[in-house]
Amino acid sequence: MQERKFVINAIIIAIGLIYVIRLFFLQVLDSSYKIEAEINAIEKVVDYPYRGLIYDRHGDLLVFNTPVFDITVVTKEFKLTDTLLFCQRFGISKEEFITKMKDIKNPIKNRGYSRNKPQTLFKQLSLEDFAHVQDYMNDYPGLYTQARTIRSYSYPSAANALGYIGEISPKALEKQKDGYYKQGDYIGISGIELFYENELRGRRGVKYIMKDVHGVQKGSYRGGAYDTISAPGENLTSTIDIKLQQYGELLLQNKIGSVVAIEPSTGEILSFISSPSYDPNFLTGRKFSENYVVLEKDPYKPLFNRPLMAMYPPGSIFKLAQAAIALEEGVITDHSRFPCDKSLVNCHDHPSPQDLRGAIQWSCNPYFYMVFKKMISQDKNPNKFKDTEANFDVWRSHMLTFGFGQKMLVDLPNTKSGNIPSNAYYDRVYGDLHWKFSTIYSLSIGQGEINVVPIQMANMAALIANKGWYITPHLIKSIGKDKHILEEYKNRHVTSVDPKHFQPVIDGMEQVVLAGTASWLKIKDIEICGKTGTAENPHGDDHSVYIAFAPKDNPKIAIAVYVENAGFGAMTAAPIAHLMIEKYLKDTITRPPLEKMVLDKNLLHKVKTKP
Amino acid sequence: MRSDDKINLTNNVDWITIGFYVLFVLLGWLNIYAVVYDPEAVTTIFDFSINSGKQLMWIGGAFIIIISILVIDYKFYSAFSYVFYVVSMLVLLLTIFMGTEVNGSKSWLDLGFVRVQPAEFAKFTTALALARMLGSIHSNIDHLETLAKALMLLAIPCALILLQNETGGMLVFSAFVLVLYREGLPGTLLLIGVFVTLLFVLTLAIGVKPIIIGLAVLFSIIILYFIINRLRMTRKQLTNRILVFLFIFGMSCAFVFGVHKIFFEILQEHQRNRIMVLFDTQLDIRDKGYHLHQSKIAIGSGDFFGKGFLEGTQTKFDFVPEQSTDFIFCTIGEEHGWFGSTILIALYVLFMMRLVFLAERQKDRFSRIYGYSVASIILFHFMVNIGMTIGLFPVIGIPLPFFSYGGSSLWSFTILLFVFLKLDSHRGQVLAGH
Repeated sequence: MQERKFVINAIIIAIGLIYVIRLFFLQVLDSSYKIEAEINAIEKVVDYPYRGLIYDRHGDLLVFNTPVFDITVVTKEFKLTDTLLFCQRFGISKEEFITKMKDIKNPIKNRGYSRNKPQTLFKQLSLEDFAHVQDYMNDYPGLYTQARTIRSYSYPSAANALGYIGEISPKALEKQKDGYYKQGDYIGISGIELFYENELRGRRGVKYIMKDVHGVQKGSYRGGAYDTISAPGENLTSTIDIKLQQYGELLLQNKIGSVVAIEPSTGEILSFISSPSYDPNFLTGRKFSENYVVLEKDPYKPLFNRPLMAMYPPGSIFKLAQAAIALEEGVITDHSRFPCDKSLVNCHDHPSPQDLRGAIQWSCNPYFYMVFKKMISQDKNPNKFKDTEANFDVWRSHMLTFGFGQKMLVDLPNTKSGNIPSNAYYDRVYGDLHWKFSTIYSLSIGQGEINVVPIQMANMAALIANKGWYITPHLIKSIGKDKHILEEYKNRHVTSVDPKHFQPVIDGMEQVVLAGTASWLKIKDIEICGKTGTAENPHGDDHSVYIAFAPKDNPKIAIAVYVENAGFGAMTAAPIAHLMIEKYLKDTITRPPLEKMVLDKNLLHKVKTKP
Repeated sequence: MRSDDKINLTNNVDWITIGFYVLFVLLGWLNIYAVVYDPEAVTTIFDFSINSGKQLMWIGGAFIIIISILVIDYKFYSAFSYVFYVVSMLVLLLTIFMGTEVNGSKSWLDLGFVRVQPAEFAKFTTALALARMLGSIHSNIDHLETLAKALMLLAIPCALILLQNETGGMLVFSAFVLVLYREGLPGTLLLIGVFVTLLFVLTLAIGVKPIIIGLAVLFSIIILYFIINRLRMTRKQLTNRILVFLFIFGMSCAFVFGVHKIFFEILQEHQRNRIMVLFDTQLDIRDKGYHLHQSKIAIGSGDFFGKGFLEGTQTKFDFVPEQSTDFIFCTIGEEHGWFGSTILIALYVLFMMRLVFLAERQKDRFSRIYGYSVASIILFHFMVNIGMTIGLFPVIGIPLPFFSYGGSSLWSFTILLFVFLKLDSHRGQVLAGH
């Protein structure tokens, strides 16, 4: 029987071998268990960075982060002896509380539900609200606090410039390329918050935390070797002067329109007003969705970003560009005179005939009819139509260098380009070579197919102030600690018009205020160069338009004001512009009655709202 | 006693085996520490409030036991074997009525200061009694009477432990089949055992019908083979042969039906589930299959070299239940990977082969049979304990010898092993009177 020891030894070795082979499959070849082990024991905790702050041009804090508190509940630990008292303390009705708890425990409604993990019970309590319940927290095991931050705005102003943040939409989540955002993350949705999202958001950190079978945290995984540290977002300094901004918003109360004020030498936007607007604090925190619906349903469209998106016929202010281009092309000189022939196009009564300066001063329509006619019909080509096309093309390319008909590369999303019609457009509408000056003459006075957005008007004021160049208007002048700025805003765009041709235009604008269409608004000590406009509005009262810059020498501010349904440019838009210029340059208002007149003006009833 | 007895205490003791023993106990202790280790609240391995500290106490106790065993006269164990047996059977009986219920089985006796599991010690006394019985010069396993007596000795503790509702502890006694085999039980019986086990597993794994069909095909081929080849058999011999095979076929079918009936109608649900999880790994991993699933995750995540000592996340953070005791192998698997697991398995294999070697060198049957009992019991524990953590055996709560946490287990295995080492150290002196 002694040989049987071999059988027994063979059995022992066989078992050992089988186990070693089995273990090889389990441990080395099959990787699924490693993944399951990580799911079991390692939790990825995201460390959200502080979103960058936004300051105004003088260092006034505009946008910051406020702590809010989520109260979470771990249902396994949560026991209530007196539900009524609890509801009383936390300011919630019993019914509401019961449905809330039911929803939390409902795995269909709350897909991540686990008895061991914290579930959100109360969302975004303010520091104030949290202080009320903080003392009670200890009485209820299973209640935990989760601190987060939301955006807050120091002033109820500049909402359309600053924009807002919100939870990322499922669509945006799908569209993103780098997979940075996760469901529930906050992201800039409009304005500066959207345009500078990458700078503001900072870099998220991730900590890998080990947890035991009960979900209790047990320190960092591998001593934190895989953890990444979060980096706070970069602070931005805006070009906005918040005082001027607020003042402008005040002046535009009960009116629909835009104001854009620019520092001509830098392209920095001093004011960016869209009226009516809203308090940016409306779109933060708990009431975001509720308030958003209210704003969206508002017939006056406070969410509509007018300075960038409202396309208007420019009206008479367009004559300034016409004049400069005609001078450059040599079809007129600054001494050319044309009579105010109302048979050509309607005009108001003023001394006639005028030279270029006078025509600007009085905003003479027939004069600019003739200027545009000379521009378009130069008889260089015996074929009238071909001549028109060739000259129109030259004219148009000049216009484009003024920033018209193309998107301004403003540091805000959703800019409209406006429209300077092209040959191709007219060929399409009237047929190839079937149009000439008489077809398009209304362009001469800024009517017809031309459309511009207010920021382009302000930019025109700035480039005239600069005598022929501009820096793309922008809202952020310094990013982060190294105070850098986007490349686009370092470069001058030079127009195709020689600087010398701007002098007569500027002289004319000076006369507008000294003795012309806006003469009742002149301010002592400030040489303002302006141009009024009244844009015909087939849908109702005309729009009031005004652009200006001041002082005449070494201009500090260029401004465009566009008020819908407000009649003559000199009546509404010009006073607003002049008050703002005075406010900006002198920080005082010398004519309170004028200010009162503007403030009292309510034009909302004239606006046709769509139901 | 002569004065030089003290020197003889460790004389002739097999140091290789002791080396294995010390290694297992030490490695077990370190791994128990790895299980209770909490990176948030680090305690030393010696802290008596945690399992590793307590295990150190049990190890200290084991050392005293070893000294005592070596001091006591080697003849004492064979002389008192029946007494031990009877006393332990009485304690088992007592446990049925006075035991403390733990996890549904009443197998623990609460002595006030400590809780012991008498079934652990019953293995030792049964081994002694079996060695004494089979070792006597009159017994011959070929005689039905001897075999019946031996089976009786084994059946009594089995029945008592089963009554405690401790199935795992009972199954350990099947290890003695290997001892009986060494002492002359026909090899065919062992083969039959394997065949029966195979049928049992296949019945549960693939159902009754395919097996019956498979068996019919198998036996048809065998019978056809004999008919065609004849093999110089007479017609009568051939008929007999065919009848034998038909009989085996009939018995097999009856067994398959029986297993199916027993399994699905007689076994309790929790017992059935423990076996069923082996066949269907996805069977409710949160509930019935939780042990096995978590155990496989822990071991499977170890990879080739493991995560390193005290670095196993599944191990430290209680994902595997009862990890210090029955599932201690998970710690090895997770923290030391396939490499460490293989070394440990190799150590156990070598250790058991050493025991077989020691058993074979005994001059008298008592020591040899006892030695084989020790080897077989350890083999069974090794096979089932590791097998269940990697899904090759149903989850039966039995410890890994010398390695798992627990006083009863460590002490009973220490007694089991060192009594054999004591006997081995006196192998030159034939036990008189037997």
